[in-house]
Amino acid sequence: MSAVLRARGLGKRYKQRWALQSCDLDVPAGRVVGLVGPNGAGKSTLLNLASGMLTPTAGTIEVCGGRPAAGVEQLAKVGFVAQDTPVYSALSVADHLDLGKRLNPNWDDAVARDRIRRLGLDPKQRAGKLSGGQRAQLALTLGIAKRPELLILDEPVAALDPLARREFMQDLMEAVAEHELSVVLSSHLVSDVERTCDYVIVLVDSHVQVAGDIDDLVACHHRLTGPRRDPDTLPAGQHVLTASHTDRQTTLLVRTDTAVHDPTWTVGPLGLEDIVLAYMTRPADAVRDTRPALEVLRCSG
Amino acid sequence: MFWLTWRQFRTQAAVMFAAVAAFAATLAATGPQLADLYRTAGSSLVDQVSSPDQTLYYTGLLIVLAVPAVIGMFWGAPLISRELETGTHYLAWNQGVTRTRWLATKLGLGAAASMTAAGLTSLAVSWWSSPIDRAVNGGGATDTYFPRLDPVAFAARGVVPVAHAAFAFVLGVALGLVIRRTLPAMATTFALYAAVQISAPLWIRPHLAAPDRTTVPIEPGGAPISIQEGARQIVAHPEVPGAWETSQQTLNAAGQPASVPASFADCLHTEAGPPTLQQFEGCLADLGALGYQQQVTYQPAGNFWALQWAETGIYLGLALALTGFCAWWIRRRVT
Repeated sequence: MSAVLRARGLGKRYKQRWALQSCDLDVPAGRVVGLVGPNGAGKSTLLNLASGMLTPTAGTIEVCGGRPAAGVEQLAKVGFVAQDTPVYSALSVADHLDLGKRLNPNWDDAVARDRIRRLGLDPKQRAGKLSGGQRAQLALTLGIAKRPELLILDEPVAALDPLARREFMQDLMEAVAEHELSVVLSSHLVSDVERTCDYVIVLVDSHVQVAGDIDDLVACHHRLTGPRRDPDTLPAGQHVLTASHTDRQTTLLVRTDTAVHDPTWTVGPLGLEDIVLAYMTRPADAVRDTRPALEVLRCSG
Repeated sequence: MFWLTWRQFRTQAAVMFAAVAAFAATLAATGPQLADLYRTAGSSLVDQVSSPDQTLYYTGLLIVLAVPAVIGMFWGAPLISRELETGTHYLAWNQGVTRTRWLATKLGLGAAASMTAAGLTSLAVSWWSSPIDRAVNGGGATDTYFPRLDPVAFAARGVVPVAHAAFAFVLGVALGLVIRRTLPAMATTFALYAAVQISAPLWIRPHLAAPDRTTVPIEPGGAPISIQEGARQIVAHPEVPGAWETSQQTLNAAGQPASVPASFADCLHTEAGPPTLQQFEGCLADLGALGYQQQVTYQPAGNFWALQWAETGIYLGLALALTGFCAWWIRRRVT
């Protein structure tokens, strides 16, 4: 399948600080991609680069086969719901639909009006008077009704209460199923991603730590528990993410693309949250050492 | 794109044009009787203008001078800075319209409205004031009204307000784009526009059309003369109706530019208080007897339209250059 997002050596620097560095990504089309990482890791930067709101300082990025925001045709292919879901507070809900209709070549007015009706939004209501959840829904409606190939959402639910959060995500998933969209959404909560996504990118400290199909990731990360030993004695092909030791026992989180045969280990499964947390918490110097190995991540389980 | 721009702009536009219309109606009600007065009184009209009309004369000046500044601050500066401040540019720039077209539509509509508003105001005020302007240019002796060429009146007459408004608007847009915050952008726009408006008559406008020169003798009873900087400089005011004096030069007996001799200051020196009128006139007579004359450079009233068009060209050129800057900045720097 073709890549909906391809980055090579992508980087963005603000003054002296790199917000994103040496990022290589190939995100296949037709996926719902979760971009997770702590606040300030560079998630927004990556998504803004993908939508063309930012231009790269280094490297290249290609979205749906073109340079982001390169022209009307490219803009029509990508929908972007920015952080805090900005809308024009002086314009009404109906005005926003009108705006979408007039500015987008592929606008699907029926979808837009139907969604607004189902959401129970009053078309005459000023967008500034909407609740956070309603505003997010309005922004999502604009993003969906423009009928993009890729919909990018930057922390769409960060400001919402748990119920609105759940509704928004469910609604998004229905739209994805209906319109065969590719989606990239960022969140600092793994639980949001686990429920909705089938592909994950973990971004920590301006570097991509791991990217891949969630099922594959779960299949090739294990918890090894056994008698105390030095993690350096593991066979090649088993990469240690984190190690913790008691006096007699060692617990390792490892990534490996082959089965673990050593009988001294008790092998346990890992959830997505464990894996993501392991990548987030491991020491910074380990990041660069193991990075090249990430590209050969292909395990069948 | 035009729809969205108009939708966002229409309230501001309505307020401005309603105000312009109300003011124009006031002028239309009182203008004809002022024109009648000029027909009967000619240049002596300057002594017969009623007190409300005098107020209206100054109000008109003030309004035409203020319109471009107000446009720059309240239309130009917030145009993009408010979008950047509230994040709505994320919404706008991800519809099927390029940033460049988005900017072009906003700038185009805004500039057109700005120029129309300033143009209509200037037209109304210029028309209403024309009897007074003609009376002044025709030799009506007055300290109350400005010749059209005087810096205060020049920017409130004819076509330059249109160019001033275009410039102020685009200046506001550019500053909003760079500063990204509405209030600081508004303040900076006002400060910069005011600075440019003060600089233009001081350093630029005097050179936009060939000036006339006249040399007047220094003598009591001649052209009125005043002194500056402790009698080291003198300023003569020859009676040229409607003229704008742009520079002064004292000439010596040989006709060469020279400074005022120290003997003049010594002559005017008193133990206490200012010199008496007799003393002043005596000193002037002495200076004149030494062969000193005063050369005055001025723009004659006939240069009014030449100066108007030249300044209009310069301000429109500046507005275009700033437009280019905005287009470059929005693609390269707002990232």
